Amino acid sequence: MVKVMVYPPTSMILADLVERKGHEALVVSKEVRKKVDTPGLDSPPLNMTPEDPKKGLKYAAVDVPSGVRGRMALLGPMIEEAEAAIVIKGDDCTLGCTGCARTNELARFLLKTKRIPLLELEYPEDEVEAKRFVFKIREFLEGLS
Amino acid sequence: MKSTKYVVTSQDSDVLPSDIALRIYELGRDINVKETCFGVIIDGEEEDISATVEDLRKMDETNIFIKDRGFSPGDPRRCRGHRGGGARPGFYMMEHESEILPLISRGLASEARGEDPPSGVETKRRPTLEDLEAMINEEFS
Repeated sequence: MVKVMVYPPTSMILADLVERKGHEALVVSKEVRKKVDTPGLDSPPLNMTPEDPKKGLKYAAVDVPSGVRGRMALLGPMIEEAEAAIVIKGDDCTLGCTGCARTNELARFLLKTKRIPLLELEYPEDEVEAKRFVFKIREFLEGLS
Repeated sequence: MKSTKYVVTSQDSDVLPSDIALRIYELGRDINVKETCFGVIIDGEEEDISATVEDLRKMDETNIFIKDRGFSPGDPRRCRGHRGGGARPGFYMMEHESEILPLISRGLASEARGEDPPSGVETKRRPTLEDLEAMINEEFS
């Protein structure tokens, strides 16, 4: 079983396809779960504390907005843990809490420079593309084990 | 350790969220189930959840998609009932991906039949803003 980071880290499609093939998908919700379940000074525990932007300093400089550093406090450990990655190109797919363009650039850059098996794709727009999309992911995941 | 997962059905699926909920009750595991419009949210111990996920996938292999969730169902930090309504954080991503789910389901079904992906076939893409601008200029200038 290989730890596969999916990007966007909230992607249901990618996480599902990875787990169908018996690998472990590294998704942001698992990181959030650890935070909200761990008892701390705050009750209920917060999913983001003032300490987190400081942890993000490992990945981004102090003059980078705290939003980027806070997000990197969650994403950075996942990138370090990743043994392979599937990344969706284009920013149309990064919505909601993953909608920070600078964080996306930094996370994709760190994944590319990590020298792990990396598959870059775009979300399909029709049936032919979808078949290719599923086939490429299957081929990639089978090659990992 | 506790685990929470979304079980989402594709629009092509004949399985309803209520069917999934009934199946979970039949399994008799100690799991909380919350029915939603897109599927169900299940919450329980990690071993029970992973065993249930395997059983649920068998209901419709290609049309059921499963995703982890950070918060338990009804958590006051996320539940709209406690926050005065509005879109749930994370809704936008799920809405975006739900539109593509039928395509992915067909891709998975084709893979299950052992078909190779079509090669050399032109794909139908939506025109980009630049394409539309070029079309308008061509037509009206």
